[in-house]
Amino acid sequence: MAKLSIQEVWKSFGTHDVLKGISLDIEAGQMVCLIGASGSGKSTLLRCLNLLEPVDDGAILLDGADITDPELDPQPIRQRIGMVFQSFNLFPHMTALENVLLAPRRIHRKSREALLPGVKALFTRFGLADRMGHYPDQLSGGQQQRVAIIRALAMQPEVMLFDEVTSALDPALVGEVLDVLRALKAEGMTMVIATHEMAFARDAADKVCFLYEGRILEEGPPAEIFSAPRDERTRAFLARVL
Amino acid sequence: MTGEMTEPGGPERAARPPSRRALREARMRRRAMAIATLSTAVVVALIVILVPMAPGWERVQRSFFNGEVFAKTFPGLLQAFLTDIMIFAWCAPMIAVLGLLIALARDARSPALFPLRLFGTIYNDAFRGVPVILVIYLVGFGIPGLGLPRPWNSPYIWGTVAVVLTYSAYVAEVYRTGIESIHESQRAAATSLGLSHWDVMRYVVLPQAIRRVIPANMNLLIALQKDVALLSFIGPVEVLRQAGVYKSLLANFTPYLGAALIFLAVTVPATRWVDRLIARQNAARS
Ligand SMILES: Nc1ncnc2c1ncn2[C@@H]1O[C@H](COP(=O)(O)OP(=O)(O)O)[C@@H](O)[C@H]1O
Ligand SMILES: [Mg+2]
Repeated sequence: MAKLSIQEVWKSFGTHDVLKGISLDIEAGQMVCLIGASGSGKSTLLRCLNLLEPVDDGAILLDGADITDPELDPQPIRQRIGMVFQSFNLFPHMTALENVLLAPRRIHRKSREALLPGVKALFTRFGLADRMGHYPDQLSGGQQQRVAIIRALAMQPEVMLFDEVTSALDPALVGEVLDVLRALKAEGMTMVIATHEMAFARDAADKVCFLYEGRILEEGPPAEIFSAPRDERTRAFLARVL
Repeated sequence: MTGEMTEPGGPERAARPPSRRALREARMRRRAMAIATLSTAVVVALIVILVPMAPGWERVQRSFFNGEVFAKTFPGLLQAFLTDIMIFAWCAPMIAVLGLLIALARDARSPALFPLRLFGTIYNDAFRGVPVILVIYLVGFGIPGLGLPRPWNSPYIWGTVAVVLTYSAYVAEVYRTGIESIHESQRAAATSLGLSHWDVMRYVVLPQAIRRVIPANMNLLIALQKDVALLSFIGPVEVLRQAGVYKSLLANFTPYLGAALIFLAVTVPATRWVDRLIARQNAARS
């Protein structure tokens, strides 16, 4: 059974259909990259997976259970699915450490002292041990994104969603964030990543999906998608970005 | 927020000799200052020379600028101003809290809470649409008029209620602007962590929103400080009413001037301070 199974998901804003019957299976431990032009629906799909947007039709199964049921309380589900956004991730009035501690303290009702060793270990692992007391505007963009990732990991999610987490970064800082994604993959984290970093998708992803106007036109192992795209539109897109 | 890296505790700037541009700017500032001083002196001189030449000046001077009356009544006015300060001091925190509650009611998003949201909207429209003095009359005379027993018919209580109700509407609006100014991604980021709607509000949105609207709320507090004087119409002997009493007693308007000076002594520095606060906040954001 797939860890996350997206089945015929439809989503529209007003009269504008943004997702038109998306189906996709993500196995446990897989890294799936969503590629496609801006406006093709990548962010919307990720937001639906995190229940930030309700879907209009279709189902999303997490470990086989439909999480789009409107009767369900979305909070415990969101705790199982972490998400990192393109920008404005961190809370600017809190230090990096406070950013990370907020959710576990409020939700798991654990004390700061009980959480500190685990959280410190996360900061250390991602090379930010000396930045815990800094405020977001005292950190570089890459450091901010790494803190945002640590913050999501501190909730011990089963799946992580990344929405163009390197798009707002200085090119020089992109690498350090992508390295974190690779490290998570090595650890067996299940991930769905919307990205414009084609080189990264090509060598790190287990599966690449090409979104085009709210549909998955093509999906498969990166080697296949990047070297032998079947669809004309996939070819045109790749020609433009590669 | 800047992307710059700074060490905590603020960047240390090395002392450098002033640049040519800085020197030129300083020279221009000095010249502008000199021109301003000169033109002000001319205007003041003209007023001082011309106004006393007006035919009614003697009479006006006697009834509005009477030094003797001023000296005699000013201490009493100051004393009465303590009442204004007192009323202000207990109104301000109540307004801060009620205003916040109304703002939160207006932000309620779940359909079940729609009545709360509707109430917040109607409240805001009603109290911002009516002159303060009218609310003070209606509440201050109307409610004690129901024949309430002794402590409960005090104009202090109902005057306070009237002022708090009115100003909460304005403060709520200010808070709401602040809440709406927080980027949607902040809510999304907090929500995606699994925090409840209320926790998102309390830990992520409100701390930022409240900080952002401090200057606007300060301006409202300055207005409140003046409007407290309106309570004089329903009874409390505060500075404005005390001035009225002196006026009748001494058949002289100078006490009103004294009262005005007292208000200015408070509001002018307060306003300047808020302006500085706003300038600092703008500088920090850009
Ligand atoms: N909240 C919203 N309201 C209305 N339209 C939206 C909203 N969010 C996204 N859209 C629209 O949905 C389409 C897909 O957007 P998005 O999912 O952000 O694409 P991508 O992330 O691939 O760039 C775009 O046309 C966008 O304008
Ligand atoms: Mg997007």
